[in-house]
Amino acid sequence: MENEQRIGFTLNGERVRARVAARQHLGDLLRLEFGLTGVHLGCEHGVCGACTIRVDGRAVRACLMLAVQADGAAVETIEGLTESGEIADLQDAFHRRNALQCGYCTPGMLVTAAELLAETPRPSREAIREAVGGNYCRCTGYHAIVDAIAATAETRIAATAEARVAASVEPAEAGR
Amino acid sequence: MKAPDVAYARPRTLDEALALLAEHGEAAQPLAGGQSLVTSLNMRLAAPGLLVDLNGLPELTGIAEAGGVIRIGAMTRHRDLAASPLVAERLPLIAAAVPHIAHPAIRNRGTIGGSVALADPAAELPACCLALRASFVIRGLTGERRVAADDFFLGLFETAIGPGEILVAIEIPVPGADAVSGFDELARRHGDYALVGLAAQGRRDGVGLGDLRLVFFGVGDRPVLAGNAAAAVAAGGVKAAQDALAADIDPADDVAVRGATRRHLARVLLGRVLGRMTGEA
Amino acid sequence: MSESGLSFLDRPNSYIGRSVPRPNARRLVEGRGTYVDDVAVQRLTHVAFLRSPLAHARIASLDTAAARAMPGVVAVVTGAELARVCTPWVGVLGHFKGLRSAPQHALAVDRVTWVGEPLCAVVAASRAEAEDALAVIAVEYEALPAVVDMETALDPATPPIHPDLGDNLAFERVLEVGDVDGAFRDAAAVVEETFRFGRHTGVCLEPRAILADWQAADGTLTVHHSFQAPHMMQDILCKHLSLPEGAVRVICRDVGGSFGIKVHIYPDEMATCALSLMLRRPVKFVADRLESFTSDIHCRDHRVTARMALSAEGDILAIDMDDLTGIGPYSVYPRTSAVEANQVVNLTGGPYRHQAYRARARVVLQNKAPTCQYRAVGHPIATMVAEGLLDLGAARLGLDPAAIRQRNVIPDDAYPCAGVSGIRFEQLSHQRALGTLLEMMDYGALRAEQAALRARGIHRGIGLATFVEITNPSAAFYGVGGARISSQDGCTLRLDPQGGVVAAVSITEQGQGTEGIIAQVVATATGVPLEQVRVVTGDTQATPYGGGTWASRGAGIGGEAAWQAGKALRANVTAAAGAILQASADALDIREGRIVDAATGAERMTLAELGRIVYFRPDTLPPGLQPEFMVTRHYVPKDYPFAFTNGVQASYLEVDVETGFVRLLKHWCVEDCGTVLNPLLVDEQIRGGIVQGIGGALFEHCLYDAEGQLLNGSMADYLVPMAGEMPDIAVAHVVSATASSEIGAKGAGEAGTAGAPAAVVNAINDALRPLNARVSRQPVTPEVILEALGTI
Repeated sequence: MENEQRIGFTLNGERVRARVAARQHLGDLLRLEFGLTGVHLGCEHGVCGACTIRVDGRAVRACLMLAVQADGAAVETIEGLTESGEIADLQDAFHRRNALQCGYCTPGMLVTAAELLAETPRPSREAIREAVGGNYCRCTGYHAIVDAIAATAETRIAATAEARVAASVEPAEAGR
Repeated sequence: MKAPDVAYARPRTLDEALALLAEHGEAAQPLAGGQSLVTSLNMRLAAPGLLVDLNGLPELTGIAEAGGVIRIGAMTRHRDLAASPLVAERLPLIAAAVPHIAHPAIRNRGTIGGSVALADPAAELPACCLALRASFVIRGLTGERRVAADDFFLGLFETAIGPGEILVAIEIPVPGADAVSGFDELARRHGDYALVGLAAQGRRDGVGLGDLRLVFFGVGDRPVLAGNAAAAVAAGGVKAAQDALAADIDPADDVAVRGATRRHLARVLLGRVLGRMTGEA
Repeated sequence: MSESGLSFLDRPNSYIGRSVPRPNARRLVEGRGTYVDDVAVQRLTHVAFLRSPLAHARIASLDTAAARAMPGVVAVVTGAELARVCTPWVGVLGHFKGLRSAPQHALAVDRVTWVGEPLCAVVAASRAEAEDALAVIAVEYEALPAVVDMETALDPATPPIHPDLGDNLAFERVLEVGDVDGAFRDAAAVVEETFRFGRHTGVCLEPRAILADWQAADGTLTVHHSFQAPHMMQDILCKHLSLPEGAVRVICRDVGGSFGIKVHIYPDEMATCALSLMLRRPVKFVADRLESFTSDIHCRDHRVTARMALSAEGDILAIDMDDLTGIGPYSVYPRTSAVEANQVVNLTGGPYRHQAYRARARVVLQNKAPTCQYRAVGHPIATMVAEGLLDLGAARLGLDPAAIRQRNVIPDDAYPCAGVSGIRFEQLSHQRALGTLLEMMDYGALRAEQAALRARGIHRGIGLATFVEITNPSAAFYGVGGARISSQDGCTLRLDPQGGVVAAVSITEQGQGTEGIIAQVVATATGVPLEQVRVVTGDTQATPYGGGTWASRGAGIGGEAAWQAGKALRANVTAAAGAILQASADALDIREGRIVDAATGAERMTLAELGRIVYFRPDTLPPGLQPEFMVTRHYVPKDYPFAFTNGVQASYLEVDVETGFVRLLKHWCVEDCGTVLNPLLVDEQIRGGIVQGIGGALFEHCLYDAEGQLLNGSMADYLVPMAGEMPDIAVAHVVSATASSEIGAKGAGEAGTAGAPAAVVNAINDALRPLNARVSRQPVTPEVILEALGTI
């Protein structure tokens, strides 16, 4: 019950500790203490989606979670998701399709899109639009973002199908 | 836009949380999902002395059915409501409402208890709870009490939860096999607070609807039970209900829209939701 | 023609016209951009501003003692204190005759004139601590009458905001061309409408931000700025902080959206720089979202009453319009707040061939946030007025909206010519653009579908909007009026020893793809592979002097400078190679990073080998040869004041006539920006612009009450367009390259925003027409439609 507390959490796979003011939101902690400037602050009232990160596997607004609440949690930012390669295909698709201009919405958009694709392997364009409907982009008009997410879904489905074919072939071959 | 200085505690038990609230009185503010409270803090619209974080309390989570009642822990997140087979099967009204609440990242964090305790008059879940005749389980240092939904929402951002008390769970009587529900809202953009919304719960009664509860949100200072409209459905059908609605709601003009517009939209929504419910019946 | 005998477009290994992904976008998808708030500086302090809670008031007293005593506070500075360091400015231009404004200070000194005007600064160790201290500053305000409604701003009973000016009229322009009264007298049909445009704002996702670092020891002010025009900012900082030019360096790294919002002089940003001078420490200001709504420029607060005269056959005979616009308490420095209304006068009816036109624009002062240039300045208003009237005329005469446009546009073979307001067109393509659009959207089939659905009570509408867009401005825009705003830009190229090129260019990047297209042009011109071209932008110390990026000028002006620089570097390189290879320079070319025989393409030597010799073994070069592997070229358009472009948009939508809700089904745009350097980038400029236009048409509105309080200044209450409500957008191009430059590129950045609102509003009215209802007030909310239908 202090205005400042010590916390420890997992940040992009690394164990970290910090002393934080209770009033500080998680976005500020990640930016100011850990230099994770890929966490972008666009409104600090939960509407624009630019600060969307992943906490314990779920997309959340970094501006609407207090830093102290990250104690014991697993926090992932765009920097960690990039280094792990988990969303490399999605990032490639965004780049290839020019689904970003100024890049300010992009980290939050990617985290949101990644969660959508994890839950809905082949979302319709409408479902994509609804899922990223809480992430504001002033530059693109959204069309290219929808294209990039849809293209990633198709690529993943094709890759999964190929893997399945390969898997179904392998036992037979092994049996020879 | 940075929050004012504040103290923070993360109790491990409900009793510990209640003790903190008792000790700090009005300065203490329970923190649930934080999707509204942290916004208020960042905007300096709220300046509590102590935040009592309820996120570490296992007593407040979980969805379970027992004795004809579904008990939803207050800290159950919107996302978990959406993912619950029990909710999907037994409480289709709530299942229909949840996708309208803000956006995925907000639903991942926001809680049903936080939503009903805040009692935003434009929010979906308070209206659903009222339509479903929920009972609110409220714990204080001296014990636990239950408040019926009809007595829970007292005004703008005002509920029956008293000082030093914590909302523990929402208990909803399982609707019968003949139950029918309807939900819809009119929002300018996906996930926005609705200009007008309607949560309706009833049961099939021959070709009509019985035991109907029509709860509008976004039209008053709290979720509004439209008793006249519900009575008129039984007596005269949809058109009569739409006409009777004028006696149930009286939305005021505000920044976004005129009261007359909300009244008209409520009328349209009522027609559409009833049409779907009776179509199903 | 280029020196090798090949034109710009058909150089070997040309990157022009190819959809090349932006090389600088990769780090942005990894979250590795560097926006101002990401710049790390030692001993950084943070400033927060006390902003006026009243629309108009005298500051009776200001007590900062308690704030100074707060933890973490470095300084509390009032307007009077800051004025000792930073001089005031007046936003006027010489070529806007009669334009008036009043001196504006970085921090209000004795009077506040809009809700959100900064009047006192707190500098502290953190933004949070600065905000804590703001809360304990004690101010007594004496409220003054607030001028809120622009309709009554000019009434004799309304007090002038600035008593020295006598009244609230900042600027008036009247234009009369041809026999307007005669045209209306002889018309078969006259249609009229009053159009209202809701004041809205830019809402860049990255808020305005500036970090100023005064190094007293060497007398340099380094400024990191989220901005479009670094050299302009440098010049203005020097002037108002009384510093020599060389003392100020402005750096604009990644910018999180700008759209014209970040090209103006803001009091809080000037104050931040002055504070760094006063405190001899780095000071950072990042606008939070709430203060962005009250301190970013607003735009498009217009009421236009207009009428159109038509012949029985559907020829436009004349347009007569009156525009009234409220711009806030000051004309914004240095571009002024009169340009928007001036553009409305210039552009209304611009696509059409009528010969009679009367326009009056009045620009009035009011106690609301200042307005200034935002994407597609004036265009959406001018386009709405003409396109709205034309649809009314078509309906009156029983003509199809597409047919009446085909009939009235200036024919493609009539150029060069002038529009009715006197604007000069080099070559436009309205007829081809319209034809392409109608084919692309299958107009006939869509009309049939619309009719079939109407019979079932489903109300869909098709809206068309033809438009012209101002791009590539010359000095005629600002320079002739005395503003120190550069209309020329430059590009410096350096060939490095490994055969790569570094390009430093004075246009800037805010996501539109500036660095990408410069790399493409340079690679094409020099023959160096694209991936070996590095582009530097946004640093007054590292690039040639220039205007930056605004008014759709980057590709057309900066791109041409880069092309000319590339040609010059290629000539220098082939000359050096020729001397070494004992070949005529004319017989050599550079392709894919190699010196080749121009005729056969056979490799003679690599650029890396040439670089090795020139840089490391100059002793082996032929006597008298001194290669110059660094060149600079500048460019400014001279033959036309502006390179006008044109286009046409269509919207298909459905109106729920019970609720007034509009569902956008599809949107199309065909436009002509001359040479398309990179279709991938141009198309996304168009799409993004369209959605910004749709924002104004349907959602965005800065709502004020009668006391001048902004009522919806948060992202929860001010509705920006989000993905869920936006349509898919089809884009196509017609190409009329400008002969003003060799690359032939005109601008494309504002075309989407210029035409989208008129297309959408016309589509809504098309849907409502069978119900005898129409709307003319933007944003067209469900309530506006329900009121038009008489439902409420």
